[in-house]
Amino acid sequence: MSDFPTRANVVVIGAGIVGNCIVGHLARLGWNDLVLLDKGPLPNPGGSTGHASNFIFPVDHNKEMALLGEQSANQFRDMNMSVDSGGIEVARTPERMHELTRRMTSAMAWGIEAHMLTPAEVKELVPFINADVILGGFYCPTVSVVDSLETGTIMRREAIETVGCQVFANTEVLDIETAEGEGGITTVKAVVTDKGTVEANYVVVACGVWSNRIANMAGATIPLVPTVHQMADVGPMDVLAETNNEIGYPIVRDMDTFCYERQSSGSMEVGSYGHRPILHHPDEIPSNAEAALSPTEMPFTPDDFDDQMESAIELMDMLGDAEIKYAINGLLSLTPDTMPCLGETTEVRNLWSAAAVWVKEGPGMAQVVAEWMTHGYPRVIDVHGADISRFYDEERTDEHIWSRADESFNKTYGIVHPAEQWEGRRNLAVGPYFSRQQDLEAMFFQARTWERPQWYGSNADLVERYDLSEREVEWDNRWWSPITTGEHLNMREHCGVVDLSAFQIYELTGPGAIEYAERLAVNKVDVAVGRSVYTPWLTPDGGFHSDLTMMRLGEDSMRIVTGVFDGGRDEFWTRRHMPTDGSVTFANITRQLTTLGLWGPNAPAVLSELTGQDLSQDGSPYGSIIDTEVAGLPVQLFRISYVGDTGWEIYTAWDNGPALWDALMETGADLGIRPTGGGVYGSSGRLEKGYRLMGAELESEYNPLEAGLARPKLKAADFIGREAYQAAREAGDPEVLMCTLTVENQTDGQGRDRHMMGGNEPILDADGHRIVDSHGRCSRVTSAGYGPSVAKHLLMSYLPRELAVPGTDLQVMYMNELYPVKVASTGAVFDPDDNRMKA
Amino acid sequence: MRILVCVKRVPAPGARINVTVDGQAVDAAHLGFTTSPHEECAVEEAVRLTEIHGGQVTVMTLGPTEAEEQLRYAASVGAHHFVLIPIDEVDWDPQRTAAALSEAIAEVEITDGAFDLILFGNESADAGGFQVGVRVANRLDRPVVNGIKGIEVGGDASTDLSTGVVSARREIDGGFEVYELPMPAVLGVKEGLNLPRYPTMKGRLASKKAVIATDQRTADVGGQERVRLHRPVEQISETVILGTGADAAPAVVDLLEELGVLS
Repeated sequence: MSDFPTRANVVVIGAGIVGNCIVGHLARLGWNDLVLLDKGPLPNPGGSTGHASNFIFPVDHNKEMALLGEQSANQFRDMNMSVDSGGIEVARTPERMHELTRRMTSAMAWGIEAHMLTPAEVKELVPFINADVILGGFYCPTVSVVDSLETGTIMRREAIETVGCQVFANTEVLDIETAEGEGGITTVKAVVTDKGTVEANYVVVACGVWSNRIANMAGATIPLVPTVHQMADVGPMDVLAETNNEIGYPIVRDMDTFCYERQSSGSMEVGSYGHRPILHHPDEIPSNAEAALSPTEMPFTPDDFDDQMESAIELMDMLGDAEIKYAINGLLSLTPDTMPCLGETTEVRNLWSAAAVWVKEGPGMAQVVAEWMTHGYPRVIDVHGADISRFYDEERTDEHIWSRADESFNKTYGIVHPAEQWEGRRNLAVGPYFSRQQDLEAMFFQARTWERPQWYGSNADLVERYDLSEREVEWDNRWWSPITTGEHLNMREHCGVVDLSAFQIYELTGPGAIEYAERLAVNKVDVAVGRSVYTPWLTPDGGFHSDLTMMRLGEDSMRIVTGVFDGGRDEFWTRRHMPTDGSVTFANITRQLTTLGLWGPNAPAVLSELTGQDLSQDGSPYGSIIDTEVAGLPVQLFRISYVGDTGWEIYTAWDNGPALWDALMETGADLGIRPTGGGVYGSSGRLEKGYRLMGAELESEYNPLEAGLARPKLKAADFIGREAYQAAREAGDPEVLMCTLTVENQTDGQGRDRHMMGGNEPILDADGHRIVDSHGRCSRVTSAGYGPSVAKHLLMSYLPRELAVPGTDLQVMYMNELYPVKVASTGAVFDPDDNRMKA
Repeated sequence: MRILVCVKRVPAPGARINVTVDGQAVDAAHLGFTTSPHEECAVEEAVRLTEIHGGQVTVMTLGPTEAEEQLRYAASVGAHHFVLIPIDEVDWDPQRTAAALSEAIAEVEITDGAFDLILFGNESADAGGFQVGVRVANRLDRPVVNGIKGIEVGGDASTDLSTGVVSARREIDGGFEVYELPMPAVLGVKEGLNLPRYPTMKGRLASKKAVIATDQRTADVGGQERVRLHRPVEQISETVILGTGADAAPAVVDLLEELGVLS
């Protein structure tokens, strides 16, 4: 076709809810020369948007999903494309009733109106429900039903009318061409279609279930798999038709059978996440022409749905006599960790992903991607959990994606514990001590791909030694062990060895390495060789992107050490901003080095038996990195502590790890050394010291002043986010401060001892009101855990400055009950002067 | 009233029908399967007739074992008995199919008595041979009319239908023909005969318990041989938007002139 452009600034592939909203948001942000393509016809090109049930339950335990869901719901409302139908999650089991109290807590955190209902109250709202099979319900009046196709049309039209976005339906993408850009970086070049080839500066893949296939054309990956969600439309039924409304009754989610019942005019849509997981390769999806209905409305497999039908009839008897007018195996996208895939692909510069997004988050996530492209990082909310660069290579394989989707599908409506571990695809990355740890009965928790001991069964004797016990309520005790507390107390009394092999370690070398390192870091990292700097990296808007340690190892050499959860994002950020003139070389040396942490009052004594190095604070000062030998092995001793006791991170070659482990354990045997798990390192030890964790306390919505991590002076060198950070410093005292709080009474209404998990439980004032700052940020628990050395359950939360005063009495909600808490500190509650670490 | 309906499992295709590489079958990789639409109407009509006159509906199919799905679908909309004649091939030719069906029908009738009415779809949705119903009627020596879009049987549940007459209506240009056939009789029916009901959820669940009799049959191959299937050249229809509002008027006039509507 002659009018098909040969050049555009941005090509967005996919005209579902996401692609349409992206061109709309890009237009609002001042972008022009936009092209929107889809292989199908408009307004319904045949993707998942076309068969979506289009409802939004705004309460989610996950902050990103909740806030982007809310953002999306508001955008639908602003366009008049939304009706508040209300929605009820009903419980058939006591476990679900407990979960609903957790939903109430999350609703309070995000400021969403919600009520617990008795079965009779549910029946008042939904007269055709069988109240005998339910124990209660969680009612949210602002559950909404939206028109996603019309919303897409409105956003597309806005882009057409305001910036002349060109739209091409029935246009199939055949290839995405790349070229070597500046510095030899693979960069997107053009989109080849059956209507012609269009060169583009940016290409956005918003292709839903086809996204990975389209990204693969450019050599990139978007780890998701098309997955069946069965849905049947049954009716007509008089009680529904009489409402004369698309939706007149609240949507019912029958959580324990993984089904929902959603009125659609005179009929009821019964949808299910309860059937066997049915995954498809994108090549198995028919074309628009081949599909009997649409490509993503695949032939219904009734055998898979029968159990759900029985459950639905049990809940609403009238459904049994209603005719099944339409039933599909509808396709949606699942990812390896259930979160979306947003952001620039790591493999191809300027190729962006806006995928694995459901209708309920569509407009909000489209805004995220448009802002990201515009400002260098999203403004509306921190999206580290949805950032596509979070995935390691092992997580991008079909084997991994399929395994995880298979495991997670039935958890869509499941009760998922915050610490719940995956069953499949384990042991993808293990440290050199793995077999030793297995012998020590380690309980491994998987951090993305890496296995890390959370506690060691071999330390069970510490439970008796310190007179410890299991937690009273199974939920609080799940994925937890009192051994963790024992390991903590042993470390404080003697010492412990922590496997830190999962640290992600990079090296910048070359004549531009130090200058570039300065550009990344807030704090001055151009320090003396052998010194380290703990520093934030900021987004252009001055919020946290990363929080890590940088070590000056040579004149032109900088090591970066970051946590395993952030490795993918930090590596991509580092490579993405690197100068292209060849002055800096990047290397990921994670699997060359292994790290053991040795901490506790006996740590110097243990180490001194294995090295001739002066281990005093003069010979091995805090923050220093010293090349030396331990047990005859070349190591680097990094004097640092994330747990509040003196000691070192010991770096050595991967292959030397086992010998180092054995030497430490053998030498420390008489000094009380114990293998010590992540429960101490990541939780109890860190919490007692008030150390902040990226992704929990530290997110792009907060800056170093608020986190209490600002240095007295701003360094001279420029760095990413400097302007915003400087403005924040000049604006005076921050509005909120990160605080540690102690739970003053953990007894619930049934007289049981409860333990908050750090799952966004809201901090409330003495009157039980939410605490929200002028940016709309609510005070909520970012981390929580028991502090064995202070004998208190500890919570971390941002609080407005006037409340961030030790001694202030507040409350925390947990499982829909209130508990008194007290502000303890903006720093450490244990050894606040760091005397132990500097001993 | 005893009614037999013969149905066939056929692919439910989209706009484009692909054929397998060897050209011997429709490529069903992306397809679901259904009952030929004419036969869906036949099942519905049979169920309605038994609702009026009492009696039972038997549904028989010759096809792959997966055709059990179509029998259970018939069960979900009210049919009572089911016979599957399993074959290993994708399809049998009409002579062979008719021979096997006739023998199977005869065998059922020996034990349970003659069917008052045997309904076929006018033609199958895939092969479209228009033959099986006529050949079965011939083999069973019963009267047959095809193209039927209306069926009436006199009386009600108390009427003795063994010597009854069925009245069958067929559309022709400008009117219709009415045939009266002595029962037992065979009819080939067409879509439009009725609007088939959808299964209810309870119907679907009950259909899982339906007992399906399997009747192994062999029969000699007829004279018809499939050489290969071809996909016809696609008819591409494109919609051209001539303009919006008053601006579109000249283009509309041009087009109407081109079509000879205006001169």
